[in-house]
Amino acid sequence: MTDTSVFDHQNEAGFGDYIALLKPRVMSLVVFTALVGLLVAPVPVHPIVGFASILFIAIGAGASGALNMWYDADIDRIMVRTNSRPVPAGKITAGEAFAFGIALSGIAVVMLALAANFLAAGLLAFTIFFYAVVYTMWLKRWTPQNIVIGGAAGAFPPMIGWAAATGSITIESCLMFLLIFAWTPPHFWALALFMKEDYSNAGVPMLTVTHGRRVTRKHILVYTILLAPVALGLGMTSIGGPFYMFAALIMNLWFLKGAMDIQGREESAAQADGYKAEKAFFRFSLYYLFLHFGALLVEATLRSYGVGGW
Amino acid sequence: MAISKEHEIHSRRLGRNLGLGLVLVGFVALVFGLTVVKVSNLDPGVVASEVKN
Repeated sequence: MTDTSVFDHQNEAGFGDYIALLKPRVMSLVVFTALVGLLVAPVPVHPIVGFASILFIAIGAGASGALNMWYDADIDRIMVRTNSRPVPAGKITAGEAFAFGIALSGIAVVMLALAANFLAAGLLAFTIFFYAVVYTMWLKRWTPQNIVIGGAAGAFPPMIGWAAATGSITIESCLMFLLIFAWTPPHFWALALFMKEDYSNAGVPMLTVTHGRRVTRKHILVYTILLAPVALGLGMTSIGGPFYMFAALIMNLWFLKGAMDIQGREESAAQADGYKAEKAFFRFSLYYLFLHFGALLVEATLRSYGVGGW
Repeated sequence: MAISKEHEIHSRRLGRNLGLGLVLVGFVALVFGLTVVKVSNLDPGVVASEVKN
């Protein structure tokens, strides 16, 4: 007998690989939007209850990310953007990712019910189901509208945060949901325009692959037009105010201009300058969402000093 | 015979175990904190009716 290893421990997962299963970058957006939903709500929340609520919303979102990596391991292996994830890299088995995702989902939902209320926990459970089953298992490989409907999963966090504080669903939380819901398609389709090889190699029916790039450019403009009234409408509710309205107006005009530029571009021109306009639009879309929710937070802070709001 | 040679895998496992340990300690602390908050914020009306029963 020799002392040669009989298993490949070079590839054994470290703590960070389990964190990577939770998609920390997506989680940061979830944490931020859920936190804003909770903080702008008219009902004060005890800091520990608020912290626990945001933590378990984030863990629930992370758990759905782990379930996504379990189911999508085959296509993650093909796409350059995803082939270093823990499952395709061989550090964590698909079965482990599944068990990890299911266990964390259960913990997150039960703990959110105990920390906040059953409505928030129910919304979280539905979000996990929607992302892991409706989006990952069903829509993603079936329809080019995958991004549109699947975007709902990413749109729930501020609504859950609001429900954790108030125990209700109102026009404000619905509009926060719609803001992210309508923002998701232009954001991802801009990405798909300049990451073109990845999705087609993996056989994911992105709009760019099934209907062509001309149609995708038009779709980006249509959804950006639909997004503007939602963003401005949110400003007219009890959580809006002059500061938010001003910020939303500027950002939506800018976003619309970017979408019109993209719509008017020929593919050859885009290729010639390395998709400069598409990349700039994608980058701005990240700021767009961050700044809208940031403006809501500023408005809530001003309101607490008696100067914000309508 | 005891294993004396330190391998990279041992430090990785130590990191994983420490990480999990910290997560568990944090979880216990959070549940404790939540319990304290929930018990101290009980609705006086609910407490009174519980006492009567």
